[in-house]
Amino acid sequence: MGYTLNFNLIWRHFDKLWGGLLLSLELAVISIAIGIVIGLVLAVWYVSAGRVVRGVIAAYVEFIRNVPLILLVYLVFYGLPTVIDVAYSAQTSFVATLALYSGAYLVEVFRSGLEAVPRGQIDAGKAIGLTPWQRLIHVRLPTMMRITLPALSNTFISLFKDTSVASVISVPELTYGAQWINFNTFRIVEVYLVVTAMYLVTGYALLFALRLVERWYRTAR
Amino acid sequence: MLGQIAYALPFLAEGFALTLWVSLLVVVLSLIAGVILGVGLVYGPAPLRWAVRIFSDTIRGIPILVLIFFVYYGLPAVGVHLQSFWAAVLALTLFKTAQVVEYLRGAVASIPKGQSEAAMAIGLTFRQRLAYVIFPQAFRRFLPPWINGVTDAVKGSALVSLLGITDLMQAINQVIGRTYEAMPLYILGALLYFAVNYALSYASRRLEQRFTFIRE
Repeated sequence: MGYTLNFNLIWRHFDKLWGGLLLSLELAVISIAIGIVIGLVLAVWYVSAGRVVRGVIAAYVEFIRNVPLILLVYLVFYGLPTVIDVAYSAQTSFVATLALYSGAYLVEVFRSGLEAVPRGQIDAGKAIGLTPWQRLIHVRLPTMMRITLPALSNTFISLFKDTSVASVISVPELTYGAQWINFNTFRIVEVYLVVTAMYLVTGYALLFALRLVERWYRTAR
Repeated sequence: MLGQIAYALPFLAEGFALTLWVSLLVVVLSLIAGVILGVGLVYGPAPLRWAVRIFSDTIRGIPILVLIFFVYYGLPAVGVHLQSFWAAVLALTLFKTAQVVEYLRGAVASIPKGQSEAAMAIGLTFRQRLAYVIFPQAFRRFLPPWINGVTDAVKGSALVSLLGITDLMQAINQVIGRTYEAMPLYILGALLYFAVNYALSYASRRLEQRFTFIRE
């Protein structure tokens, strides 16, 4: 034992961690924004589609949910460019992967939300002469949003944690910054204590903020 | 191309076996630790409850990858030397234990209070109440999410490849390093992980259907 904590070197390189945290948040926000679009489109399509389309969407969801994220990250970054002629940065590649990943989880979230919209609301929409499209925009989606918002917040927070996997393709987010300090200063315990605190504080702050949004959204109007 | 991959199959099979072995160890160890801590969280004295709450919320609040690096690089720094295999198992077990604690807490909380009160009224001791009244019912609520969560252990185990442990993920990367056949090998790996996890989540769905009722 006899390990003496010394945080000086951590503070000297703190810009790596701070910049990493901001990048982690940025990656999570962009990925979930794209993921929400993927999830919404596929969920709306799923509930009104025939068996073939449902099968394809279900296959996408099940595939992504049952394969480790790190493998998907490697597959998109190292695998795809060998078979199709594309070139992209590690960061773009990771955002694409995480967007597809979150999309698969969100299809499920939105699909069960859409199915939870009370039948009477849709009938009421029909009764006042709304077209199917108007019913979707003005009746089904707003109600679904209220139902699914807690699950959406949870998905976002777990995505924020999943951004740590970007470190394996050298995207300089928070975990990458931690490893850099780990290997260059050997203040190992200190750096992981600080990084743990940073993930915890950010994660719980996000959770708190999102719960406020949920409460506001529930009572508004 | 296919010849090269066929040549690597025994090596990949070894990696796959290691992935399953790590997952199995983690699942069993975390079940034991999680049930003990979970009972402590629900029935223990206040200081124990706080300790378990802090443990669980901290572990669930950070990425598994950070936890793995913390354990793997941090323990030797404070003088605890574990083989990388056991450091990986320890880190994944800590992560899984926190989940098991929450499943257990949720399952016990879902049992109506009247059950416990009725058991007290007929004079059962604390242990008897747990063994004959609470646990048999809580088990039904615990099992489906727990089995579903086993897939997290299998998926999480892919991260131990970063510690130089030759699990399935690492075996695939090594074969790609020799053959440059990235895409077929990643797809093969994805299918193997998929097969294991899909079987587990299918089992969990079936159990959920069987166990959705609770005897009143």
